[in-house]
Amino acid sequence: MEWATENLGRILSLAGQHLVLAVVPLVLGLVISLPLAQLVRRHPAWRTVLLTVSSVLYTVPSLALFIILPVILGTRILDPANVIVALTVYAVALLVRSSLDALDSVDGELSLAAQALGHTPVTRYFQVDLPLSLPVLIAGLRAISVSNISLVSVAALVGMPNLGILFTEGLQRDFVTEIVVGLVAILILALVMDLALVLIGGFLSPWARLAAGAGPRKTATA
Amino acid sequence: MTSVTEAMIEFREVSKVYGGTTAVDRLSLSVPKGQITVFVGPSGCGKTTSLRMVNRMVEPTSGTITVDGQDAAALPAAKLRRSMGYVMQAAGLMPHRTVVDNIATVPRLNGVPRGRARARARELLDVVGLPQALASRYPAQLSGGQQQRVGVARALAADPPVLLMDEPFSAVDPVVRHELQQELVRLQRELGKTIVFVTHDIDEAVLLGDRVAVFAVGGRLAQVAGPEELLRAPADEFVAGFVGRDRGFRHLGFFDDKGLEVDGAASVARSELETARVQEWAVVVDGDRRPTGWASPESPGTLVSGGSLHKVGGSLRTALDAALSSPSGRGVVVDDDGRYLGTVGATAVIAQADRRRAQARRERDARAAGPAEEEAR
Repeated sequence: MEWATENLGRILSLAGQHLVLAVVPLVLGLVISLPLAQLVRRHPAWRTVLLTVSSVLYTVPSLALFIILPVILGTRILDPANVIVALTVYAVALLVRSSLDALDSVDGELSLAAQALGHTPVTRYFQVDLPLSLPVLIAGLRAISVSNISLVSVAALVGMPNLGILFTEGLQRDFVTEIVVGLVAILILALVMDLALVLIGGFLSPWARLAAGAGPRKTATA
Repeated sequence: MTSVTEAMIEFREVSKVYGGTTAVDRLSLSVPKGQITVFVGPSGCGKTTSLRMVNRMVEPTSGTITVDGQDAAALPAAKLRRSMGYVMQAAGLMPHRTVVDNIATVPRLNGVPRGRARARARELLDVVGLPQALASRYPAQLSGGQQQRVGVARALAADPPVLLMDEPFSAVDPVVRHELQQELVRLQRELGKTIVFVTHDIDEAVLLGDRVAVFAVGGRLAQVAGPEELLRAPADEFVAGFVGRDRGFRHLGFFDDKGLEVDGAASVARSELETARVQEWAVVVDGDRRPTGWASPESPGTLVSGGSLHKVGGSLRTALDAALSSPSGRGVVVDDDGRYLGTVGATAVIAQADRRRAQARRERDARAAGPAEEEAR
């Protein structure tokens, strides 16, 4: 505990770097996955291809990716871009499936209603399909955000500064306290991320709780 | 005969084929302006497909549909759809939008500023009989009947001349459905919209339709007629079977009670029921003279619950039902405010029905002869 308070400044700085390395790929992943998902929804023949490729991508070990990417991208080994690109690849691999599930979760009757009202494909996507799929999308994002936080720590093995550094250092110096502090810090970070996503979800779709909880009272008088 | 009204929607030889299955078979039909035209038929008869071809949610395989003289296929689909209100089963409201924003959807799509679209949406709450307090609720917080009213308000928001209604009331309970049907008739009278209404319920079709188009399985149009004619003179076996066995009873709904004899049977005040000794069945009325039941000569002092009431000016159908459902065998007749007027017997109603039918037949014959006479002149 004493060690943690003495090194609080460094831990917080590492946590900040950890957070950036985890959040940026999540955002990039979403920006790439949503259009991809919509594309294969319009062209269903490509759906299986996309899902297979994304599954295969996810099986590439992260450490291997951290080492290979500098060669492919021409970056230096300690460039944060390597981690961000690698984690974006994983985020896309998972989020493509989540986005498809989310968009598929929209009630067909509502899509029909949107069409009947005179939505164009664009207004329908942004005003109906996307907001309605948000609850399922947020659920997917929560799972991926946790896995991203733990994946970031692997990047410490190639020397990228983040909370994972506390593991590698602790191991080298045979100093258990540092490892435990790193573990707790990562757990807290994951929880904070999760909470943030829940709050964002609740803020963006206040209706979702109602729809799940109350349901329409079918027999009440008009 | 009513004058020939202008057609708002015109189907010309319209067919829809899915793979090898014909959903709609060479449909030619005109939907008159400012009236309710009901498409009715069993499931799989193409009535919904026909409706959806009007706003091009389904594209016809062949044939043309014109709306207000314009070929529907020539307009951009989204624009065409915004020019017609659409009400669907289970309302189809957007769960992530509040009631006002649901209603404001089409004006917003048409580029009306948010403030103005919402102000118009609030007005429409009044039009469809919903309290303003519901404006900022989400659809999940509304009852089924309220949701359906919001659905109607949303369809009316851009003030389209045409409303397409796809089994809009089939998911609500019978009491609410009846209310919504009455409301629709009222709205139609006030707003004069051209309404195409799809249902599988012949009672609903007959109640709402100025004209009823009966579809048969295979997408064939079996008959188009006014509701009275449909029940009286079905065009073929299919229509006769579809309009049902009790169509004779339902047909009574087209005769009003003018000339029906109402007797002023004795009534007993509710407050005197305990002490009153009646020789014959007597209607028990409350302080406002509203009937609350019957007093029976066999069980003095107890209130026997009554049957349905016939409001004066109603149809022979409600009069006969009042008589048949009454414990005394006599139907209770009330005025517009629900106050007791008298009673009527089933035989009197049936005798009146016979007279009215004979009279209607004579009038039809005279009309049929009319044009011929004119030609002869």
